[in-house]
Amino acid sequence: MRARRTTALVGAALALMLALAACGGGGDEGGGGGQVNEGASFAEGTTMARLKEAGKVTVGTKFDQPLFGLKNLEGKPEGFDVEIAKLIAGEMGIAADNITWVETVSANREPFIQQGKVDFVVATYTINDERKQVVDFAGPYYEAGQDIMVAKGNPEGIGGPDDLAGKKVCSVTGSTPAENIRENYPEADLTEFDVYSKCAEALKNGQVQAVTTDNVILLGLISQDPEAFELVDKPFTKEPYGIGLKKGDTEFRNFINDTLEKIEQDGRWKAAWDATAGKVAPGTPTPPAIDRY
Amino acid sequence: MDAVLDNLGTFRQGFVTTLALTVLSTVLALALGTLLAAMRVSPVPTLRGAGATYVEIVRNTPLTVVFFFAVFVLPQLDVRLSFFAFAAIAVTVYHAAFFCEAVRSGINAVGVGQAEAARSIGLTFTQSLRLVVLPQAFRTVVPPLINVVIALTKNTSIAGAFGVVELTAVATRLANANSDAVIAIFLGSAVCYLALTLPSGWLAGRLERRVAVAR
Repeated sequence: MRARRTTALVGAALALMLALAACGGGGDEGGGGGQVNEGASFAEGTTMARLKEAGKVTVGTKFDQPLFGLKNLEGKPEGFDVEIAKLIAGEMGIAADNITWVETVSANREPFIQQGKVDFVVATYTINDERKQVVDFAGPYYEAGQDIMVAKGNPEGIGGPDDLAGKKVCSVTGSTPAENIRENYPEADLTEFDVYSKCAEALKNGQVQAVTTDNVILLGLISQDPEAFELVDKPFTKEPYGIGLKKGDTEFRNFINDTLEKIEQDGRWKAAWDATAGKVAPGTPTPPAIDRY
Repeated sequence: MDAVLDNLGTFRQGFVTTLALTVLSTVLALALGTLLAAMRVSPVPTLRGAGATYVEIVRNTPLTVVFFFAVFVLPQLDVRLSFFAFAAIAVTVYHAAFFCEAVRSGINAVGVGQAEAARSIGLTFTQSLRLVVLPQAFRTVVPPLINVVIALTKNTSIAGAFGVVELTAVATRLANANSDAVIAIFLGSAVCYLALTLPSGWLAGRLERRVAVAR
């Protein structure tokens, strides 16, 4: 009896190891960012020179935002923000493998930049005056905005926020998009949940007719169930996403702005978009003009 | 503090919704719980088994999961109701299990002789339960029943995460809009909950003294 139990245990352990090995395999380096500008040279004392000398860089990004910064099963983040960060690092002569990724959530982006825990942040980071008081922004490299998600085929024919009148529209309790609907489109029947995944579920069941929040969040929801949802794709607010860096580091900011212009012109920006968010987003957006304030 | 006073109307709306959800769910859950308790003490093994299974499954499932099933799985079975109705179903189904156990403990506290006497004068099981056992049982379990009512009142806050604009949803929304007054707003919502639960406790105390069985 005892011997048999041991055999069963060993068997179970072997099966588990095999399963784990199968999961760990196939670590394919997806996406772009492969180009490394080895010949880059920077003036003495700049952040770029220091990072190139060190050969590595620490980047803050989101780990939970599908299509922009989402940690995959191998533990590496992937998405549009991640590709942009790789391109910037590449222009400094740093390979993608030498980037240390740090999770930055909305609440800790400013402190992480100020404390030098990250060299720069690419994390669906909206540029606004309040944040400009404490950090500097390069970019914007993308302009997000509040949009509407509907059931596939748009059975209600919703073309914009004005069409929400009398319809049940879902968002997260107390979020900026929810307050925007409450204040500016009071005819809409607002239903609030604590997370967007419940809104998606309610939309799938036909309990609400639309879900509204920033288009990038909606794209993330659509990417998980492209058969059920579609984006109206008429953003009605402006959320310019910038790259956050230490306040006062103008040379670094100029360098990132130059890099963004360069990758927007030579097609790498579009390639990065197509490989990530472009997979579910309808059409390719035009990169917004760089704001060199 | 101004954030609370300026939004008294919103608070009242949330308070009324919480009160409605509490009263409706309490009435339904007490009825369902009593029925379940009757099943659990009945002489029919199938009914006893069904009652015990219900109680064990429901009371060992987190309320959030019960909510999830009510709000998102029922519609897939073509049950079309408002979010408020789904919330009432979830709260009722969950607390009926706790009401059932409180009532059953009361039934067990009634001497066996009472039930035997009732049966021996020709009452059926249902009659003896309804006319003899339950009236005595309820008197002994007023405190545990009120415990369940108070827990139910506070548990309605989960409905706020499922599309019902009750007190907690109102407080969350106002807190997001007034990030400088978060503590005041949640204190305000706590006061509203106390306004519901303290009177229940007080009422229970009076009721208990009034219906106490002299033994």
